[in-house]
Amino acid sequence: MIETAGLTKRYRGGQLAVDGLDLVVPRGSVFGFLGPNGSGKTTTIRMLMGLIEPTSGVARVLGEPMPRAVGRVLPRVGALIEGPALYGFLSGHDNLVRFDAADPTADPRTRAARIGAALERVGLTAAAGKKARAYSLGMKQRLGLAAALLRPRELLVLDEPTNGLDPQGMREIRALVRELAEDGTTVFLSSHLLDEIEQVCTHVAVMAQGRLLTQGTVRELAASVTGRLAVGTPDTAEAVRVLKEHGVNDLTVRGERVTGELPGTGDLAELNAALVRAGVRVRAFGAERVSLEDAFVALTGEGFDVAG
Amino acid sequence: MSRAEALPGRGRWLLPLFGNEVVTVFRRWRTLVLLGVLAAVPVLIGVAVRIETRDGGSVGPRGDGQGPAFLSQVTNNGLFLVFAALAATLPFFLPMAVGVVAGDSVAGEANSGTLRYLLVAPAGRSRLLLAKFTATMVFCLAATLVVAVSALVVGVLLFPLGEVTLISGTTVSFGEGLLRGLLIAGVVALSLVGIASLGLFVSTLTGSGIAAMATTVGVVITVQILDQFPQLHAIQPYLFPHYWMGFADLLRDPVYPDQIWRNLGLQGLYAGVFGSAAWARFTSKDVLA
Repeated sequence: MIETAGLTKRYRGGQLAVDGLDLVVPRGSVFGFLGPNGSGKTTTIRMLMGLIEPTSGVARVLGEPMPRAVGRVLPRVGALIEGPALYGFLSGHDNLVRFDAADPTADPRTRAARIGAALERVGLTAAAGKKARAYSLGMKQRLGLAAALLRPRELLVLDEPTNGLDPQGMREIRALVRELAEDGTTVFLSSHLLDEIEQVCTHVAVMAQGRLLTQGTVRELAASVTGRLAVGTPDTAEAVRVLKEHGVNDLTVRGERVTGELPGTGDLAELNAALVRAGVRVRAFGAERVSLEDAFVALTGEGFDVAG
Repeated sequence: MSRAEALPGRGRWLLPLFGNEVVTVFRRWRTLVLLGVLAAVPVLIGVAVRIETRDGGSVGPRGDGQGPAFLSQVTNNGLFLVFAALAATLPFFLPMAVGVVAGDSVAGEANSGTLRYLLVAPAGRSRLLLAKFTATMVFCLAATLVVAVSALVVGVLLFPLGEVTLISGTTVSFGEGLLRGLLIAGVVALSLVGIASLGLFVSTLTGSGIAAMATTVGVVITVQILDQFPQLHAIQPYLFPHYWMGFADLLRDPVYPDQIWRNLGLQGLYAGVFGSAAWARFTSKDVLA
């Protein structure tokens, strides 16, 4: 769906925003594009959408080179880039009329019906006649999504679609994304929110400071980071002794919780039985679920901060 | 989708976007305010002339020919208010209004971020620029007609009408005078093509609508001043306002079209040069806003 090779963008000031990006977005995936603010996500999306010219490297969208094939590719792509931008003096409905009129391949005869359907889909039918200036941020975001949904799309590119929304709005947008993905649309979703990617995406790529750190399925990425064994018990000293005996390394105690490296071999049930035999009162026992956040920290070796 | 893709002929290709662009321009408050100001100018001139000549005197202290163009004839024939109003607004008011609209056309959209959504629609850069250019032309014509019609209405209400005495002394019927007025409005509108093209080019250079408007209006003022210095006569034939007042030659009998052709040629040259420059700039520009 999207393929880039050595995609690089150096801005006029000499700042390297994207550095040798090799990205592969499979058809039918919900692809999370993860990275802190300033890591080059939006610059990449701008290059994919033909808004800016790459300094070097190639980008192919729907199999065609960008930005050369913009006219053929973009009618099949819906995009929300860096937040919504609307004409405040036009109503929500008239904003969509304008964006649809801008697409030379959109049929004016079906315009009214398509706009109605798009407004319906994002739940803005009631507010369609209101001037966009009076919209809340959440409504603007939804109108932006409606513009991306004016026609059936093969690919949706959504740059931080839940930015600035309240939790309810976030849930609605995520539900909409899942719904669209179920219809077979490939979704390319950028975000700086780990849990958002974890909730909706099948695939993920991680960017930091203009470079691609990794890409793959969410499961692969999580699996690439070894989880830890966690034991909840009031008898921490005894638990540490038993676990050490059974070859569990890197043991740490925090409160009534002992964690350690998962042993490479052996059955965890045996380990639990050994603890109980030694008289340790086990409250909880198991391998901790590895979150994307752990994976990210392992990849970058640092916290999830804005790149300076 | 396949049906839609089979459609676009030449007209289909540009027409919906062009139509929408024109509607969008005229729905902006700023555009309406500009047109309102332009409509007020003939009213002010008409009322001022009426008050000054209430006691049967003539305009200006020395009467004939010394006041602004055509002003002295207004009291004899309200139609002359159309010519007087166009002559009064062409040096600054009209080009400034056009400068605001042209300067804002691309830069304003870049500023608000709507430009990126038009481009991913995808509007196509050449197509969008062409739509912006034609919409600006429509504004030039509309602005000129607003002045002319407002002047005609005020002229009819405040002054007598009748046969029109041309500059060369011949008299023509009111109908022919009206026709010549329409022709003059057309020439005045075309006189604005140069500044419109220049404004559009400036508009592609920056992401700030205000900066583009200010620059374009600044250029109008600077060029008008340069056109006054006799020492600069070598470059003056290339300044876009240089032949503007030539439209008065349409009120001669026979019409002496030399200046008018030069004016239109010069406007065409500006449209060609700055239109190409705007196209070259806009089609290769990184849209970051």
